[in-house]
Amino acid sequence: MSDTSFTGRLRSFADSDLFYSFRRSRTTVVAAVALTLLFVGAVFAPLIAPHNPFDIANLNLLDSELPPSWLEGGNPAYWLGTDTQARDVLSSILYGLRISLFVGFASVILAAVLGVFLGLLGGFVGGIVDAVIMRVADVLLSFPAILVALLINGVMRGILPANQHESAAILVLVLAIGLTNWVQYARTVRGSTLVERQREYVQAARTIGVGRLRIMLTHILPNVLGPVLVIGTINLGMAVLTEATLSFLGVGMPATQPSLGTLIRVGNEYLFSGIWWVVIFPSATLAVLVLAVNLIGDWLRDALNPKLR
Amino acid sequence: MFVFLVRRLLQAVMVMLAVAFIAFLMFRFLGDPVNNIVSQDATQAQREEVRQRLRLDDPLVVQYGRFVVNAAKGDFGISYRNSRPVSALLAERLPATAELVLVAAVLSLVLGIPLGIYTALRPRGVLSQGLQIMSLIGISLPTFVTGILLILVFSVWLGWLPSFGRGDVVDIGWWSTGFLTASGLKALILPSFMLCLFQLTLIMRLVRAEMLEVLRADYIKFAKARGLKNRAIHFRHALKNTLIPVVTIFGLQLGGLIAFAIITETVFQWPGMGALFIQAVNFTDVPVMAAYLVMVSLIFVIINTSVDLLYNVIDPRLRTDPTRATGRGA
Repeated sequence: MSDTSFTGRLRSFADSDLFYSFRRSRTTVVAAVALTLLFVGAVFAPLIAPHNPFDIANLNLLDSELPPSWLEGGNPAYWLGTDTQARDVLSSILYGLRISLFVGFASVILAAVLGVFLGLLGGFVGGIVDAVIMRVADVLLSFPAILVALLINGVMRGILPANQHESAAILVLVLAIGLTNWVQYARTVRGSTLVERQREYVQAARTIGVGRLRIMLTHILPNVLGPVLVIGTINLGMAVLTEATLSFLGVGMPATQPSLGTLIRVGNEYLFSGIWWVVIFPSATLAVLVLAVNLIGDWLRDALNPKLR
Repeated sequence: MFVFLVRRLLQAVMVMLAVAFIAFLMFRFLGDPVNNIVSQDATQAQREEVRQRLRLDDPLVVQYGRFVVNAAKGDFGISYRNSRPVSALLAERLPATAELVLVAAVLSLVLGIPLGIYTALRPRGVLSQGLQIMSLIGISLPTFVTGILLILVFSVWLGWLPSFGRGDVVDIGWWSTGFLTASGLKALILPSFMLCLFQLTLIMRLVRAEMLEVLRADYIKFAKARGLKNRAIHFRHALKNTLIPVVTIFGLQLGGLIAFAIITETVFQWPGMGALFIQAVNFTDVPVMAAYLVMVSLIFVIINTSVDLLYNVIDPRLRTDPTRATGRGA
């Protein structure tokens, strides 16, 4: 493994057990392809999307409520049809995917950073700090995540003045979901910290007078980070789903900056007018996204650490 | 056992006190309680008078103590938005949620256990494979998407079932029930199915996995060797031992049903507590949020504590294996 050039690394990755088990699992490959497509679509939405759904000048109300292009009355310019405001459904989905994925990733990162920090602190310091952190974690864990997220969401809306609810919606969601999901990271990291703390290298660092904070961050931290990636991947699906649920319930992203959940909520109101495409396509996108992330998360868990099963 | 009981109860009380503290903090610091009571143009003196009347100048600990005592009596003050006592609002919506959760819970058991047994006994049957795939889809689809699909198919396209509300209800004392009218029962079908789906698949998979494991056990082989009938082996010997973890998971998931009722009630415009809670979150109606939080926590704590206690009574083997009860989903 001395070859550190890019191609060398690539070759050693292609040879690795991880890549082998990836290739062997057909569902995972399919999920990865689907996820990559969704990612690309989300990241490059402004370039790929055939229309800009937020540019009012571009909207022509004559084109509203068009069915998907392959159905009778459809317009080839609007592949998945248009909604009641003449916005292109495909473009709305691409832009919505962007927001959904952003909130998902940001809240997972927040939860991971918070959880790793608290777990490290509790495991290393012990005593009352540890007891408090773990009791809070126990209480959080005994409630369904969606309930905790709703509550944090409600409290933060109460703190913010009403005219900032729309502009701060992304932040509120990221905080609500992130603050709900840190427990699993904290528990795992605390467990491994308790083990690492006893190791010789930590004792050696202590003997030569390295500070506690430094031991925690530069000695123990790198050794307890392993499972965090796996938990993060599994939690990503959960976070995206929670965001969609909150937005669907009307306490997440506003209709001016719709995520997938918001699109489904708005589309749901027109279900009885027979324009099913405004709700079915965002729903299907959300379902595929969550399913793909979950499949990859499960595969990663089994491939990297069979003990976590 | 006695020590365990006392410790568990003490823990439950601590959790409730902590929840009450969070609710109290929300009450006290989320917006100024005075502003929510006096009119916009109240004078400083009037505000001061309200402050005095609410005794907001007492030490925090005293105020918290008073909050806990009032909450224990079921008094959570007046809703900011509806100007009515919160306890009355909740009481009026409790039957709708309770009936929905009850029907969903029963459905998940009545459908989940037989389907689980079937898929375990015929693991290679076409129907079993189909059920397995269905359950994977059912578990991955966001619940509100399932609800929307149900409405689209059964209400919009087929027109068989109502898509919103409870139908006609009959009042029995203060309890309004939808069980006694045809339209009430019809209105229950879609929401309760949507609500139970996640738990149904969970119970099905659990029964299947446990059953497959039990069927490999020595005592089952021995029962076969004794020449017992298949039916006796499957139901008398195997099923009994399968059901212990099912009871546990069922209890733990009951709390989940109450939480997920929030989503179901939004999709089907069901006039229950969850819909009330969402409205409260949307308008920062603190008394309603706090009351809902305390009430749902109380239900959770009661369920969790009884499950833990039952655990120890039913099956002492499970005491040393805490990883079994962690199956939770969003």
